[in-house]
Amino acid sequence: MRAARLSVVTAVASAAALTAVTGCTEKSEAASGDRVISVSATDSKCETSKKEISAGHVELAIENKGSKITEVYVLFPDDRVVTERENIGPGTKQKVTAEVKAGAYQIACKPGMKGKGIRQTLTVTGSGSAAKRNPQLDKAVAAYREYAQEQADATIPKVETLAKAIKAGDLKAAQNAYAPSRVGWERTEPIAESFGDIDPKTDTRADGLEAGQKWTGWHALEKALWQDKKIGAEQKTLADQLVTDLKDWQQRVGKAEITPTSMANGAKELLDEVATGKVTGEEDRYAHTDLSDFKANVEGAQKAYELLKPVAQKNDKALTTELDTQFAALNSTLDKYRSTKARDKAQNGFVSYDTVTKEQRKELSDAVNALAEPLSKLAAAVVK
Amino acid sequence: MTDTQEATTADASAQKRPSRRSLIGWGGAGLALGAAAAGGAVAVSRAGDDVDPAAAETGAAVAFHGANQAGIATPVQDRLHFAAFDVQTEDRAAFVRMLKDWTRAARLMTAGKAVGEGAYGGLAEAPPDDTGEALGLKPSRLTLTIGFGPSLFEKYGEKFGIADRRPEALVDLPQFAGDNLDRSRTGGDLCVQACADDPQVAVHAIRNLARIGMGTVNIRWSQLGFGKTSSTTPDAQTPRNLMGFKDGTRNIAGTETDRLKKFVWVGEKDGPEWMAGGSYLVARRIRMHIETWDRTSLQEQEDVFGRDKGEGAPVGKAKEHDEPFLKAMKPTAHVRLAHPDSNGGITILRRGYSFTDGTDGLGRLDAGLFFLAYQRDVRKGFIPLQRRLSAQDALNEYIQHVGSAVFAVPPGVRDKDDWWGGTLFSKEA
Repeated sequence: MRAARLSVVTAVASAAALTAVTGCTEKSEAASGDRVISVSATDSKCETSKKEISAGHVELAIENKGSKITEVYVLFPDDRVVTERENIGPGTKQKVTAEVKAGAYQIACKPGMKGKGIRQTLTVTGSGSAAKRNPQLDKAVAAYREYAQEQADATIPKVETLAKAIKAGDLKAAQNAYAPSRVGWERTEPIAESFGDIDPKTDTRADGLEAGQKWTGWHALEKALWQDKKIGAEQKTLADQLVTDLKDWQQRVGKAEITPTSMANGAKELLDEVATGKVTGEEDRYAHTDLSDFKANVEGAQKAYELLKPVAQKNDKALTTELDTQFAALNSTLDKYRSTKARDKAQNGFVSYDTVTKEQRKELSDAVNALAEPLSKLAAAVVK
Repeated sequence: MTDTQEATTADASAQKRPSRRSLIGWGGAGLALGAAAAGGAVAVSRAGDDVDPAAAETGAAVAFHGANQAGIATPVQDRLHFAAFDVQTEDRAAFVRMLKDWTRAARLMTAGKAVGEGAYGGLAEAPPDDTGEALGLKPSRLTLTIGFGPSLFEKYGEKFGIADRRPEALVDLPQFAGDNLDRSRTGGDLCVQACADDPQVAVHAIRNLARIGMGTVNIRWSQLGFGKTSSTTPDAQTPRNLMGFKDGTRNIAGTETDRLKKFVWVGEKDGPEWMAGGSYLVARRIRMHIETWDRTSLQEQEDVFGRDKGEGAPVGKAKEHDEPFLKAMKPTAHVRLAHPDSNGGITILRRGYSFTDGTDGLGRLDAGLFFLAYQRDVRKGFIPLQRRLSAQDALNEYIQHVGSAVFAVPPGVRDKDDWWGGTLFSKEA
């Protein structure tokens, strides 16, 4: 984690045009008929009564006629959630409302609450110019959001494993579960940080605490597991709290403000995280599992880059060639630190960072700089 | 500027100062630390530069192009940022591309301009090309001087197609008595010396070159210097080193074309061809045991150097620039051992700076002299001199060499189409 969250500011500012539309799921007075879109959801279909509506307040009247629990979403073209309703049981009806501006949207039903859902288009007409969109970039953002969601989804069982070990008082099992529980988070950290309130609860280091702030999250547990080597009632409570906070993150990924620019800058920020926290060994100072976080940061950055690459390549071929070279170089440098020791393998396959010498750290740092410098030019190449 | 012009300017300057002593000396005995007698240091004037000290005050620019690189015979500026780099690529084309990018940036920065498309006003989504901290500052006589280390030829000779071009004179320095070299402050595949009258201008230059070089080269070590230890005008007082003694009094003056030619510039027949007009640079980080020196009696301090502390005059003489009488000094006195007369006339051009890098964790200043010396051949310059000094110099009790590097400094960038290392990396050269 870092104290300053530049990415949030950037992402929010860039997305300002989009955020004017707010989703809301509170129950509201029944809207007049022409403002209502009926959604008939089955296990294989998602039928909507209107494909076009004027800008303003809109209500979705949902009926689940299928046999599976379903969810219904209103989505921006990049799959950011305008509004949603989850857990709609078979045979039940639900309402959801939103304020929508002019633009292109999709309504998605997700029978079984899985996958990308069955989609219907919804065109909202009216004054108020819809932001001009680049379908190729919308696709990249949608794919990145899907990736971020997958990472969050995959993290929950891993952090539950950690919590279970802690609650069982099993120090060794808890140590082994620590690094793997962080991977999904570290891959997509700029998104988690963009929510503002989750990161301080889950990923604050001892030196990052503000006056009066209670220390919770991974690193508080890390200190207990490695330095104090003691699991008490306090740690058990913290473990449960971590699971709760990460489930909150999992729920919110869909609504994160993601733009092509914030994706590109987020990739650069992941490398900044590596440069300021991992290379120095500050991130996991008790567990020394920094290389696992390091690798996850690089993987997350590479994912964002790969998704933006088709656009960036058209605008700046030399840059993408350089980025391909430097991602490969950094990954092969990291590979040198893969470990075959049983203990390391259990904790994600890298050597303990306290065994990495100053000279080796410099080599890692040089490889990070070599990648981060051209990566800082990706955003410009995407929006050019 | 052409050779002829340069020589003419130099001659003119020399005529203004007819009283230049008979100097033979390798300046500053003692590597640096001080000593040696008479003599001032100054430099060859270049277009846009001026030997007149007023040039420093006006923040003028020193010409980047010339037969020799600027920053050697140029009047010594007040501040230094020196960086040694290691190569991080095996791709010759990428390395050459970086040298050309560096040259472009150096040309701009020495003229007081920002690199690339500047520090502001570009795309909002991209970081600016220039880092911006030199905006509004004058060129401040910034010079940037590049050199190539032995390890460049050892490690990348084959890959870069320069294996057969390593100069014979580019030898690895031997281990000298008393050396306690820190690996992380020693060596380097290449170096850039940035000198300017404004420290921020020097730091800006190294920072931007390092940034441009990322992925191709990385900084191995760097050193800031805050006070010049060689005088810039022959008749001015010589600056004092951190031991409180005058230092570099016997330097080669930048106006002394003949001595520069004899002792500093690589001649056309010296070989290899690509080095003609270049020089060899030795850099040594010399830590001073400041606290023990400060508790040393005045008599011993003066005996150690072989000169008096107030005026800087050699033992038995009245003035700083008086010719020393070596036999009047103790046999281990710094000036006596380092004097050219004791060393068969060996002469080098010194351009060192005092440094203080805070404290060492034991409450002692981490300070000393960052010694920089240019010479035509290190085998006939620094090496024999330092052999002698390291074995006998009384000063050794108060100093320790903790960092070391040697570089082949190629000739100057001739014009806007030329680039740093052009003579080394051009196929036809």
